[in-house]
Amino acid sequence: MKNYKEYTISSAEIRKRTIISFLIFFVLLTCAVFIWKWLQKQPEDNGALKPLRTILNSDDVFFSNFLSSDHLAKTFQVGAAVHHPRVNGDVGMKSNFDTATWKLHLVRKPGDTLQISLDEIKTLPKTEIIFDFKCIEGWSQVTHWGGVKFSDFVQKYGLTDQSKMKYAGLVTPNSEYYVGIDMASLMHPQTLLCYEMNGKPLPLNQGYPLRLIIPVKYGIKNLKRIGSIAFSNERPPDYWYERGYDYYSGL
Amino acid sequence: MLTIMIWSGMLIYWANDVYRLGWGNTTVLKFFPDSFYKALNIPFRLAEGMSLHFVFMWLFAINGFIYVLYLIFSGEWRLILPNRKSLKESWRVILHDLHIRKGLPPQKKYNAAQRIAYTGVIIMGLGSLLTGLSIYKPVQFHGLCALLGGYAWARAEHFILTVLFALFFLVHIIQVILAGWNNFRGMVTGFEVVANPPLKEPSATTIDSTELKENEEL
Repeated sequence: MKNYKEYTISSAEIRKRTIISFLIFFVLLTCAVFIWKWLQKQPEDNGALKPLRTILNSDDVFFSNFLSSDHLAKTFQVGAAVHHPRVNGDVGMKSNFDTATWKLHLVRKPGDTLQISLDEIKTLPKTEIIFDFKCIEGWSQVTHWGGVKFSDFVQKYGLTDQSKMKYAGLVTPNSEYYVGIDMASLMHPQTLLCYEMNGKPLPLNQGYPLRLIIPVKYGIKNLKRIGSIAFSNERPPDYWYERGYDYYSGL
Repeated sequence: MLTIMIWSGMLIYWANDVYRLGWGNTTVLKFFPDSFYKALNIPFRLAEGMSLHFVFMWLFAINGFIYVLYLIFSGEWRLILPNRKSLKESWRVILHDLHIRKGLPPQKKYNAAQRIAYTGVIIMGLGSLLTGLSIYKPVQFHGLCALLGGYAWARAEHFILTVLFALFFLVHIIQVILAGWNNFRGMVTGFEVVANPPLKEPSATTIDSTELKENEEL
């Protein structure tokens, strides 16, 4: 056990030390206040204060480099899934939409777009997943989805070169909602181009005819009613990123 | 630091404020009443809350890490870690502080109740870090998340720990005010003046920077 040293010093010395210590204390205190005020005055970068945005982007790099993108989201038995999953977002789905003429626009490269019908997509092997769907707001629900693995889709449509690019952007038919997702997450074995919920065709408010189900991301990235898919090495625009959220939004 | 984490945490919590104290349909206390949110202008600031939380989490973690390293290498951990007598003695300290009983057991830098509280708060910090990590990256840290009882439980635990931090802080401040000037000077300067005359300085090791920080941020 370490012993205390006791020694006698003059009260002037105590005064001096106290003043110095408190000076340092108040200087640090003031610094903290000024740094906070400075931060609040910084310009915004896509809805987040610039210094914060810089660090948020570094968080993405940190976590995507130090963690594996192969980890699987926990899956559940069919019985665990809720019957009526919560409908939480309708951005990009408000305008009139003709389900009969819908086709997925697959932009293989600028000027080379393939149109694919739902029936064609359904000819690919079906994969089902029951997982805990997590909303960025903080709630989660065990839900049951069925569709085509994105990686199977890539293989079937000969998108090997495109899948070597860094990102893909998905957009609703009316272009009002759009997400950008890193390729590793899209090629994750649990990522689906989804057309079924609880074993039945997707309801309109859950993104009929085709939506994205990507268990390694928050709900905001699980775009409903896919209009087009395009590939890029730059970050494609992202609706919630522009409103201050993290681009990666990965789990 | 703590203030920023709790504040941004509240901006996040608002988006799904499901916690309450109660049973069945009876609610004793809801976190938080609407008037509270309104008064502090909390609603619809989830993105801002997240951006602050995921930046200052690093400072929270690094600060805690440095503090623990300091405790280990300075030998100060011996003064903070509760010993065999601490549990029994802490009751006497509490009874004394509540003016129910007179007389304190002999102590070194910290008394028995302080040892338990200060060690507890370090464990709480670690708890906040781990529960936080498992709701931040539940797929990546699935093992940890499962260990904590799953995603929803980890979120609740993270929230409970925050409430405990707030309570710790409240008691801490009250005690500092009650203990008076000499004690507060000790927190800032690292020495405590005893006896008079002669004036002595038991040059205890300087108070750690974390404690300084905690005061600063307020």
